[in-house]
Amino acid sequence: MTLLYRNIRLVLAAIGFLIFASVVPGAAQTSNVVDPNAQAVKEQQLLRQHYFISGRGTLADTKSYVIEQPLGRTWRLITGVWMHWIGALVILGVIALLALAYFTIGPMMIEGGRSGRKILRFNTLERFVHWLIVVAFVVLAVTGLNITFGREFLLPLIGPEAFSRWSLMAKYGHDFSSLPFVLGVAIMFALWAKANIPTAVDIRWFKEGGGMIGDKHPPAEKFNGGQKALFWCAMLGTIGVTISGLFLLFPFYWTNILGMQIAQVLHALIAIAYVGLIIAHIYIGAVGMEGGWEAMANGEVDLNWARQHHALWAEREFGQGPAASRQDAAVRAPAD
Amino acid sequence: MARMKFLCDADRCIECNACVTACKNENEVPWGINRRRVVTLNDGEPGERSVSMACMHCTDAPCAAVCPVDCFYTTDDGVVLHNKDLCIGCGYCFYACPFGAPQYPRVGDFGSRGKMDKCTFCAGGPEPDNSPAEYEKYGANRLAQGKLPMCAEVCSTKALLAGDGDVVEGIYKNRVTTRGYGSGAWGWQTAYSEDVPG
Repeated sequence: MTLLYRNIRLVLAAIGFLIFASVVPGAAQTSNVVDPNAQAVKEQQLLRQHYFISGRGTLADTKSYVIEQPLGRTWRLITGVWMHWIGALVILGVIALLALAYFTIGPMMIEGGRSGRKILRFNTLERFVHWLIVVAFVVLAVTGLNITFGREFLLPLIGPEAFSRWSLMAKYGHDFSSLPFVLGVAIMFALWAKANIPTAVDIRWFKEGGGMIGDKHPPAEKFNGGQKALFWCAMLGTIGVTISGLFLLFPFYWTNILGMQIAQVLHALIAIAYVGLIIAHIYIGAVGMEGGWEAMANGEVDLNWARQHHALWAEREFGQGPAASRQDAAVRAPAD
Repeated sequence: MARMKFLCDADRCIECNACVTACKNENEVPWGINRRRVVTLNDGEPGERSVSMACMHCTDAPCAAVCPVDCFYTTDDGVVLHNKDLCIGCGYCFYACPFGAPQYPRVGDFGSRGKMDKCTFCAGGPEPDNSPAEYEKYGANRLAQGKLPMCAEVCSTKALLAGDGDVVEGIYKNRVTTRGYGSGAWGWQTAYSEDVPG
């Protein structure tokens, strides 16, 4: 009996050992198997965590250490698709609004016609700076829009070789006209910033819609509320395109790929708003207002125009009387 | 026609940079330009991996989509090439490329870029196959000679595979099954919108 009991114990122990042996070494084996990928970097995981995957490289070109940046596809969507719609919408929208204004309100005429007496509005330096900016801005706008819209509209017309030659010139034209543009705007700021500080008069000017609401034209200084708004928008726009443009002109000097993409998108967005603004400015200066063009063409405006649009300024300039005026030569009797 | 693809097996790459050197030599790539480079991730830490990266010759290539002068084209083999005579060096392809493949020689002052240069899958350019003009601008056209890209040919561990996409995918899948692990085909999800499970 005791022997049997002992045997049973032995058998049970043997079975137990067998079970143990079959389980434990198996467990020991799995924990000892080296899974080289347990700790390995994983592409999809890295992409979920970061904007781009970068590591250590051995080349002098440090931006090559970024091996993957799928955000490029987002940039492609913004630059290749959205920007085309935004650009077309802004430009065509502004032109449509101006056409509407032209055919409904029509050009603003000089009340009571021309007096025949001239008054100096912009001196030679002011006009020179203005037209310097104009030339630079037109070059920048046309060459900039070429990058966005040229492939769709100009390339099919002139063919790939001619379009490529033109675009290469446009690229350098864009780079090099940026300097005179920024310089011109800086001088313009120095010349006109003081006269563009908003005052209480401008509030009335805006309330009366610059003369469109009510039958009396609101008084204004040398620059009215609308011009002041344009001036400061242009200043902000210039600062925006200049800073973002410097990033593009010196690629990767101060930033990485993400910074470059952001700089490019901001540059394009600010520029397109700027172009829309200036199209409206050109309309008012050239078409929308009788007598306005002369102010920048030869610097002299009709006295009645000045009294209508810039009453306070005209009074101050002309009220001193022709003899006492420091712009003596400018205020002169009609030639005929 | 085969659809050519690169596949870098990061579990095999030993960061010897032979692919980088062979590419530069085979294609006479100018000074300062590297069509291919090896980047090490988690360097010096457990789980460190090196990946050899160049142009992946994407399906629906972003570079081609954003190029303002439309200088890119895709060959029948699925290789993305470009025309240097048309390129204006604007840099847009670099912003759009998920793999940082486009390279620019520096010309003139500041950050002026010259005409873009990138991996051609050793397939040259638009000029007649293996003409001196093609070689000067784009390097070797090994594909036209019935050979595969030099970088993959010299790879000592066969980490870098180049060729028919289905074939390299098959080789890689076989490896993963045999050894029991794989960190995946780097860049395939981004370039071809398909993943090779590791």
